[in-house]
Amino acid sequence: MVHAFLIHTLRAAKAEEGLCRVLYSCFFGAENSPNDSQPHSAERDRLLRKEQILAVARQVESMYQLQQQACGRHAVDLQPQSSDDPVALHEAPCGAFRLAPGDPFQEPRTVVWLGVLSIGFALVLDTHENLLLVESTLRLLARLLLDHLRLLVPGGANLLLRADCIEGILTRFLPHGQLLFLNDQFVQGLEKEFSAAWSH
Amino acid sequence: MRHAARPGSRRRCGHCFASRPCLERAARPQGGGGGGMLATGTESLLRQAREVGAEELGRFCARVSALLQAEDWGPDALDALRRLFLIVAATKYSRRLEPTCVALLQTTLCSPRCPERLQLLCAAVLREMAPSDSLSLSCDHAQSSRQLGLVASVLLAQGDPQQVRTVGQCVIKVLESRQPEGPSLTYLLPVVSKVTSLAPDALPEEQTKALSKRLGEWLRYASVQQGAAHASGGFFSTPRARQPGPVTEVDGTVATDFFTVLSTGQRFTEDQRLNVQAFSMLRAWLLQGGPARPGAADADDRSELEGSTVSVLSAASAASHLLPPAEWLREKALEYCQRLLEQSGRRALRKADSDLQKACLVEAVLVLDVLCRQDPSFLYRALPCVRALRTRLCGDTACVRALLPIAQFFLHHGEAAAVDADAVCQHLFTRIPSEHFHSPMLAFEFVQFCRDHLVLFGSNLDLLRTSFPNLFKFLAWSSPALTSGFVALLPVLVDAGTAVEMLHLLLDLPSLTAALDLQLRASQAASERPLWDVSVRAPGCLEALRDPQAQGLFQHLLRAKASGTVERLTPLHQLLQPLASCARVLQCAQAVPTLLRAFFAAVTQFASGALASQLALLLLERSDSLFQVEGYEADVHRVLSSQFPALCKLHPPLVVERAKELLEFVGSLGGPRSTGHMLTSVVWAVGEYLSVSWDRRCSAEQISRFFEALEALLFEVTQSRPSAALPKCPPQVITVLMTTLTKLASRSQDLIPRVSLLLSKMRTLAQSPAVGPVHGEDDLGAVRTRATELLNLLKMPSVAQFVLTPSVEVSQPRYHRDCNTALPLALDMVSRLLEREAGLLPGTRPPQHLPLEAVPGRSRALCSSPE
Repeated sequence: MVHAFLIHTLRAAKAEEGLCRVLYSCFFGAENSPNDSQPHSAERDRLLRKEQILAVARQVESMYQLQQQACGRHAVDLQPQSSDDPVALHEAPCGAFRLAPGDPFQEPRTVVWLGVLSIGFALVLDTHENLLLVESTLRLLARLLLDHLRLLVPGGANLLLRADCIEGILTRFLPHGQLLFLNDQFVQGLEKEFSAAWSH
Repeated sequence: MRHAARPGSRRRCGHCFASRPCLERAARPQGGGGGGMLATGTESLLRQAREVGAEELGRFCARVSALLQAEDWGPDALDALRRLFLIVAATKYSRRLEPTCVALLQTTLCSPRCPERLQLLCAAVLREMAPSDSLSLSCDHAQSSRQLGLVASVLLAQGDPQQVRTVGQCVIKVLESRQPEGPSLTYLLPVVSKVTSLAPDALPEEQTKALSKRLGEWLRYASVQQGAAHASGGFFSTPRARQPGPVTEVDGTVATDFFTVLSTGQRFTEDQRLNVQAFSMLRAWLLQGGPARPGAADADDRSELEGSTVSVLSAASAASHLLPPAEWLREKALEYCQRLLEQSGRRALRKADSDLQKACLVEAVLVLDVLCRQDPSFLYRALPCVRALRTRLCGDTACVRALLPIAQFFLHHGEAAAVDADAVCQHLFTRIPSEHFHSPMLAFEFVQFCRDHLVLFGSNLDLLRTSFPNLFKFLAWSSPALTSGFVALLPVLVDAGTAVEMLHLLLDLPSLTAALDLQLRASQAASERPLWDVSVRAPGCLEALRDPQAQGLFQHLLRAKASGTVERLTPLHQLLQPLASCARVLQCAQAVPTLLRAFFAAVTQFASGALASQLALLLLERSDSLFQVEGYEADVHRVLSSQFPALCKLHPPLVVERAKELLEFVGSLGGPRSTGHMLTSVVWAVGEYLSVSWDRRCSAEQISRFFEALEALLFEVTQSRPSAALPKCPPQVITVLMTTLTKLASRSQDLIPRVSLLLSKMRTLAQSPAVGPVHGEDDLGAVRTRATELLNLLKMPSVAQFVLTPSVEVSQPRYHRDCNTALPLALDMVSRLLEREAGLLPGTRPPQHLPLEAVPGRSRALCSSPE
């Protein structure tokens, strides 16, 4: 089961300007803080969820930066050569790390992330998921989002104002956080269905 | 543009969020490539969304409400809802939306005619506000199963356990309705899956059983014909109607057996979609509803499936329908997994399908494992499949990650599969890390596998322990992601037999990283995306490796198993030096202190005196033979110097036993050292433990040998001329030397005149700030004060001995609490004496800066540990 999905910015290592920004996040079902009967607990719970997501995003960013540094890839490499270049998604760096219980979620969690140029995609999961399925699902989601939002094409749409498209993709390919075993033709079918619904 | 900036509205953000051109400008970057493009537009857009004030938001909500009220579901509504989502989502603080707006969002969500994208946005906005008190949504409002799915997503996001149960009840009720042309269930099955993961007891037993039966049917009896273009169950409708053919395998041949997630076709039917979802949720469902679940009285439920949508095929296996639902589902799950194992051996035509085959292999083995744990009678059918799979996969590097669940399977069924468990563990621990250390995902899974199955390893635990050099390759290569995992794993990995070798390897970890890097450079042809840092060139390294001695050390460093021997790697360190600036090596070096602390925390739990003594020597020996990585030596010294006293405390006689080596260490330090950490802790340990009260073998002769060596050392560090090239001697080293010398003198009293003379000299030296190796008035003051204190103490030799060499019982609380015992009295008297004497001296101040003085009660600090 996936607990949360997030899209956020990735900065090059040692980048001075800017902060790590969460561009989209979604919890699939949520657990509220226990033993909390304070009047403002709803607001506090929401704040807590947002902080949790940001904590994951920051950790992903630093893992990404460390991995990129280790491979000797630096900021200059982050620019695509030209807008026609298909992004080599199967070569996009990815990784996994564990979140200890209480930091920031009550239960222990696994985070699997994928870095595509300056965008990070991450799934927050139970600790015993099938990580091969997780990885291919994450790559699939990233591919669909990049294609349909034309994120990497200059002049393309900004994903901040295309939540319907992200939601439409998630509803089909990760419904309620359920990881699906989808073969290639199944994916194509769902994608056609999605395109049809979004074309008019 | 209908909603262009209102006249009179001068607020920038309000202007932007009410007008499309501005936003479009912000969203659309001015030229530039993909990398930088996100930054500019995104930042300003987020800022605008955050800056929208309450008043502006109120106006905006009114606009959204007007559109939704009028059922104006065109581009304006789409645009407005997208912005509303951004305004709510962009800030971590709660947004207050107009109640009418919230109500209309809920109405629109459940409207029968509203387009999907708008409903998705309504659901997304409501979810982003969660948890929210103003929600009146209920599952009953949904008009279709698709809408019910959306409503459920909003309700489940509220985080209310009661709500989760209500949603579960409602959804399962719809699932139970069995009209063939009924609502599409594919929207609802994931909701059930989510509900059971959030609240495992949400569904009553009866309904769980009923769903188990249906899951079994969907798994085993989905249609083997492709979906027709316009068939009622078809999903992906195209105008062309065509005769649907049979589903095919991933290699393109016609399916030979029932439909699974690895069966493909042009279109898929509803029941095929349910098949995919059923398998996707199967493992979690089995785990939730297993025999461990209380009250699952399964056996007295041997009824046939009444009225369920059993396909024609199921008649053939009518016998199995007499099984209770949970058993029936397990039966179908076993058949499904067996079929998947067969299908995953086919040669996939598409790359994506070949990836899916691997994921299916993993899942099938995991499901088989669950089945056999829940019902051991499955073992005789599952075991041969998994055995065959292991044989098939052991030579297949592409499927290496599937070996972990296979190993888990064998470990879980130890009695029946002990031999297989040994074989697969042998393969895993000896070969996989050395061949696949550079795969971050495998590394993560491997470490997690080791952590999760420690209690199951049994006889293989020794194999795991002796394989630590191999496991450390993962750590050396991916230290940032794995350090916490290894901190948890180290206490199990380390035992008395491997501790010494493991400590050596931990200290050599950065050089292991460099060696692995070099190994990759040597073995891989320069591919387009090499795994190493190409900006660091190491042509000489590869050349130098040809030398047989270097080759031998290289192989030793890269060994797969503990060898029981220790090699001096200094020549190899020199050879690998060009790689020391690699970011990966630096990252590893930064992880080592944490790992060392975890190692010592574990080792000190069980170390015998002999082991403690061996490790203490190792610390001394390795403190000056480390791989030269920036900042590494200082970091490691900090840890080692805090561990040395801990080891001495564990086995105090080691100071007497290892007197020769300690003397050598102290004597070998010609000139001031870069860091005084190691020296400080060794000198402190000598003062603390070189005493007959710790070891009867301690002789006066030994004490005076140490005294002479330390006296010479003190002389050396204080007399050396200050120079820019040499770092200054830390004042801690000087004070700890003075204290230790005084302690030794108090135990062998004929040394007292010598040490008194020396202390007076030190005091004089510290009063002339222009000379001497120590600079800074604070440092000088500390040295001066310490010298004065010690001199005063030595005026009363019997008190000095009592204070500087307290008996072992002093550590017991009674000696500090009970005023009638001698110690508090003595300490009190001594500290008053010292303070009075110190107060008489001109220019002395109470010391503030030395860790030695940190404990309240100054004289007690003299016998406290240096940390």
